[in-house]
Order: sequence, then C-alpha cells, then structure tokens
Amino acid sequence: MKSFVVRAVLAGALAIAASAASAQTLNTIKQRGVLNCGSNGTLAGFGLPDSQGRWTGLDVDFCKALAAAIFNDVTKVKFVPLNTKDRFTALQSGEVDVLARNTTWTSSRDTSLGLNFSVVNYFDGQGFMVRKSLKLNSALELGDAAVCVQQGTTTELNLADYFRANKMKLKTVTFATATEALKAYDAGRCDAYTTDASGLAGERLRLAQIDDHIILPEIISKEPLGPAVRHGDDQWFDIVKWTHYAMVNAEELGITQANVDDQKKSDNPDIKRLLGTEGKHGEGLGLSDDWAYRIIKQVGNYGEAFERNVGQGSTLKIARGLNALWNKGGLQFAPSVR
Amino acid sequence: MAAVEPTRPKAPLIYNPQACSIAYQVLLCAAIVFLAWSAIHNAAENLARAKIASGFGFWDNTAGFDISQTLIQYATTSSYGRAFWVGLINTLLVAALGIVLATILGFLIGIARLSKNWLLSRMASFYVETIRNIPLLLQLLFWYNAVLKALPGIRESLAIPGGGFLNNRGLFLPQPIFESGSGIALVALAAGIAASIAYAVWAKRRQMATGRQAPVLWVGLGLMVVMPLAVLALSGFPVTFNYPEAGRFNIRGGIEILPEFMALLFGLSIYTAAFIAEVVRAGITSVVKGQTEAAYSLGLRPGATLRLVVIPQAMRVIIPPLTSQYLNITKNSTLAVAIGYPDLVQIFAGTVLNQTGQAVEVIVITMAVYLTISLVTSGLMNLYNRRISLVER
Repeated sequence: MKSFVVRAVLAGALAIAASAASAQTLNTIKQRGVLNCGSNGTLAGFGLPDSQGRWTGLDVDFCKALAAAIFNDVTKVKFVPLNTKDRFTALQSGEVDVLARNTTWTSSRDTSLGLNFSVVNYFDGQGFMVRKSLKLNSALELGDAAVCVQQGTTTELNLADYFRANKMKLKTVTFATATEALKAYDAGRCDAYTTDASGLAGERLRLAQIDDHIILPEIISKEPLGPAVRHGDDQWFDIVKWTHYAMVNAEELGITQANVDDQKKSDNPDIKRLLGTEGKHGEGLGLSDDWAYRIIKQVGNYGEAFERNVGQGSTLKIARGLNALWNKGGLQFAPSVR
Repeated sequence: MAAVEPTRPKAPLIYNPQACSIAYQVLLCAAIVFLAWSAIHNAAENLARAKIASGFGFWDNTAGFDISQTLIQYATTSSYGRAFWVGLINTLLVAALGIVLATILGFLIGIARLSKNWLLSRMASFYVETIRNIPLLLQLLFWYNAVLKALPGIRESLAIPGGGFLNNRGLFLPQPIFESGSGIALVALAAGIAASIAYAVWAKRRQMATGRQAPVLWVGLGLMVVMPLAVLALSGFPVTFNYPEAGRFNIRGGIEILPEFMALLFGLSIYTAAFIAEVVRAGITSVVKGQTEAAYSLGLRPGATLRLVVIPQAMRVIIPPLTSQYLNITKNSTLAVAIGYPDLVQIFAGTVLNQTGQAVEVIVITMAVYLTISLVTSGLMNLYNRRISLVER
C-alpha cells in the first residue's frame, strides 16, 4: 500500500516533468532520428501511400525536403495519416512535428488553435463536382441541392456561407472522412460534392464513372494550403518556412535535381549562397550550410515537385495557375537567402 | 470494571491497525487529489504556453456550419452551444428509439430460440450467432450502403400510398398540421388514455376478485383511437397535411427521415437485439421447469404460462444485464460518425472541436454528457429492478 502511494506520486511528478520539456523541436527530432509528419493519407497528389507503402504527394515531398535538410536522408520521415477533424489535436499534442496535410491557413487556426502557418505550398479554392446529367452550368443553380462534404474543414463553413450569401437552400450531408463523403455522393445520396479544386481533380478519378461527372467553374473561396507548426518554437518555424523558400528559390534560379551538382560550381552569388558554397546561411537555422543543396539534390525544386505530384507528370494534370512563380504570373514568391 | 482492566504498555500508533488504515486512506485520497490537481494545472499551463485558447467562451460563438437533421431550431448563424443541443437531441432520439426496437426484437428472438418449433428456434440461433459475431461498425456501413444502393434515386422515387416518397435521400411522409379547433381532439385523446388506464385497473381488480376477464385491449383501442378520431370528424376534420413534393433537386416539405438515421437505428437495434435475445433466453431458462409444469397442470395454455408465470420470474434475471445492453446502445450510437448521422460526437466532438481547437474542454463536456445519460438510464433500470425483485416474506 505504502509503496503504491510512493509510486503514484512519483509517476505524477514524472508526468509533469515529461510534458514540460518540448520547446526544442529540432533537437527532439534529431534525438528521435525521424521526423513525424502529419499527412493526408487518402488524397492523390498531396499525400497517398501506394500499394508498396511508398508515400507520394506534394505535401509528402515537403516533409521529405525537411528530412533531407535535417538528416540528409529523405527516408527518415514517419508519415502519420490524419483525418481533418483530428489533425490539429495531433499537432497541438506533439504527436506530429509538422502538419503538411493540405490545410487551409485561416486566422483562427493561426491564433487561437495555437498553431503557426508559415508558407503556402499550394494556392487553392473550393469548387463543386456534380453529375453531368443534372445539366448545370453554375454553382448558383445549386439552390435546394444536397451536398456531401467532409467535416472539420473550411470547406464545410464556406459551403454554408456561400449558400447563405446567395440565398439558396442547402442540405448538407457531413462525413468524417473524404472517402465516405465521396462514396455517398457516388451512390446518389447528394447532388454535389465539394472540396478544394485540387482535391476534386483527385477525387473525381476515384469515382465509378469518371466521365459522368463535371467540375463547376465557380471557385467560391480562397484556400491557401500550407504546412503548420506549433506556437512557441521559432527555430523550427524558421526551418519549415525556409524549406519551402529554398525549393521556390531553386526553381527561380533554374537549379534542378539533375543539375544541382553542376550549379554548385556556378559563379552566381545567389546560387552560391543558396547551395552553401558561400556564407554561413544554415547556422541560423541550426542546420548545416548545405541544407538547401540537400533538399534540391534529394527532392528537387518546387516546380519539379509540383509537376511530379499534381502537374503534367501526374494523373491530375493540374496547370500551375496561381502556383506559378511570381515572375511567371503566379503567386509563389520567396525571400532571398542572404 | 475499571479495576480489572489490565495495564498494557502503550503501543506506538503505527502498530494500531485502525489508525494505520485511516492514515493510509487519507494518504491515498491526498495523492489522488494531488494527481488530479496537477493534471489540470499542467494541462492549463501547457495550453497557455502554446497560446491555445482555453475556457468555455466558445459556447456562444457562431457555429457557421450546417446540420442535416435538426429537431430544434438551428441555422448556420446559431451558436456552438445550440449545435451541442442539436447533437444531444439527435443522440437521445436514436438511443431511445433503438432501445425500444431492440427490446421488442430481442424478446421475440430470445423466446423464439427456446421454441419447440425446430425451424423457428434454428432461425433465431442463426440470427443471434451471426449478428453477435460481426463488428457493429461493419454492420452499420453495410446497412448504410445497402440502404443507399437498394433505394431508387431521387428521380425514380417510390411513391408511398397516402402521399409519401421513399428514395436514397430518405423517407418523406406527409406532415400533419393541426389547425385551430383540433385541440378538442387532443383533449379527447388525453381523456381516452386516462379512461383506458382506469378501465385496465378496474378490470384487473375484478379479475383478481372474481376471475372474470375483460376485453381490455379492445376497449383501450376504442377509447384511445376511435374516440379521438370520431371527435375530429365531428369537428369538421381541422387537420391539413403538408405533403412532400418533388423540388428541383430534392423533395420539399413533409417529414424527412434521413437514410443515415434509418441505417443507424436499424444497425443498432438489430445488433443489440441479438444480445438481448441471449439475455432473455438465459432469464427464461433460469426459471425452474417445475413452474411451467405446475402452470400446465393448473390448465394454463403455453402462451399464458409464458406470459403470466415464466416471464415475470425471468425478469429478475433479465433486468440487470438488459441495463448493460441499454447503456451499450447509447454508447454505440457514437459510431454514427462513420455514416454521417449528426449525433453529439459528430457535431460537437467532431466539427466544434476542430473549429475551436479546444480539445480538452470539448472532450470533457462530451464525456460528462455520456456519463450522465448512462447513469440516468441505469438509475431508472435499477428503480424498476427493485420494484420487480423477489419480495421476501
């Protein structure tokens, strides 16, 4: 009896001590030897394991780039599949180090949820998919329609807002996972299925009769998708930001996975600073100076990751659009390394 | 007396078993209080350090999302608190109806399994052994997809005689609207119910005294159904119906019963009925065979024997495990989240939690709600159990 009490008090004290030390994310990851990355798991183009268990996607490549910068080894990532409603709790509680799961940046998520959004690795907007047989040309004709949607998303809120703003009646059918929502839409439970436009392109491929469905032209919201980290660790926040910037800068400077070794010999000071042959630009991040070289060598630049996962090299064939570089009419812009 | 008391040397308090036991209990309580306090304090500190919002201020904030089944007034501009009540009522609805259906089905199957009819008892056994051994989640997914796939699309709706529709969007029934003047029919209904109860009590007393039986069922039906209808007809039938009609996409108007709700209700009832059937069978077999034989020798028929002799005694064995099954229905209704039924877990511990990010508060409230529902259910069942338990003389 007595020893039990002692043990209980000790365990309590241990629990307090253990949970108090978690500010140094980078050190924790290095000690653990693997990066825990909160991923989608069911969305083609962003995060999806194939039949051999190999993960692919734009967000997956982002986590691989982080692992390349930290460990110089893209395999040192553990992908943790999360659904939309559990993802923030998993990040808040420290189960994952970074959440790269096509997550929309909003003010409440950036503040009261205790998260920091850093960069936008995909500029998106919400769209609708309907059956061709309904002969609809616009989302504004959807009044009174039943719409299948995944819960715990900005999509769910935008949907209600859009119908309210346009004074249309709405019947929402909400599901915990995108898979269930899509299946219900396919079975005829709903007239329309809504999610981010990039997601629609991927989800449409999973329907029984792909050609029976069309995506309506309206984009009803701004969905800046990007990785998120916890409040309170500026160094880790910086690493996540600059991993994306390194990939965008590499594309702008014409550095690719194939030519990065040749580019190391370049005289261009921008390239020299990025690849770590001049200056000490990894120190401030707590990484080695060739951190960006490692990323480009093992994952590639932003454009390569885009085309491979969602662009012309993929089944989705999404155009660069808003995600083109700033000097090519898009919104992807990165501060310089100096 | 005092003189005979031997003078013992005073033992140290630590060897006094009573003092030790009190000391240990105080220590244990203190440790538990300390652990609970430090857990709460630690959680609050961690939340504050991560700058995660805490407290219950979110309750009055605008929810902003739509809910497919709302039994109380709710709009996307309502508060999170309102969404909580919508979810709670949806949970209570499916749990209450599930308990009623599972009890009826479970009793029928439990009795059928003991039947002398070979086919009937084998079919009941087959039902119990199959349903009991397949995970509930799979059954719910099966029912949901079966409902969706088996029912026709919205444009090929099955018309139900009387103005209803059935399709894969749900079951749509005419909604009665009671206009002014229909109040008298409600009064007649209330009077009919009161009169039937009084009649039943009188009939039972008379049967106890004289052995003569009275047609309680028929008189009751007449008083509770025919009389209010007659009153309604006499007052010119002041009830209109809001008939569902095909809109551009969906069916508008009428009462709408969602396929998610039907699938969850069927799944829960059918699954739990298999367990209740076993509880009932165990209860009936616990009544010694001599009771049945004695009843037969008094000239009672099998049906009356079962109803008047066996089941009342079996109930004492049935009620405690039946309570657990009722609690299971309520708790299992949380699986609604898999098939899109908006219960408390889906709305509150799902969407609200995700939007506010206040996992600790939301989960604590949700757990407290399920605990309360379960304690109330088992409290009521314990009350009933005390009433029917064996009175020892």
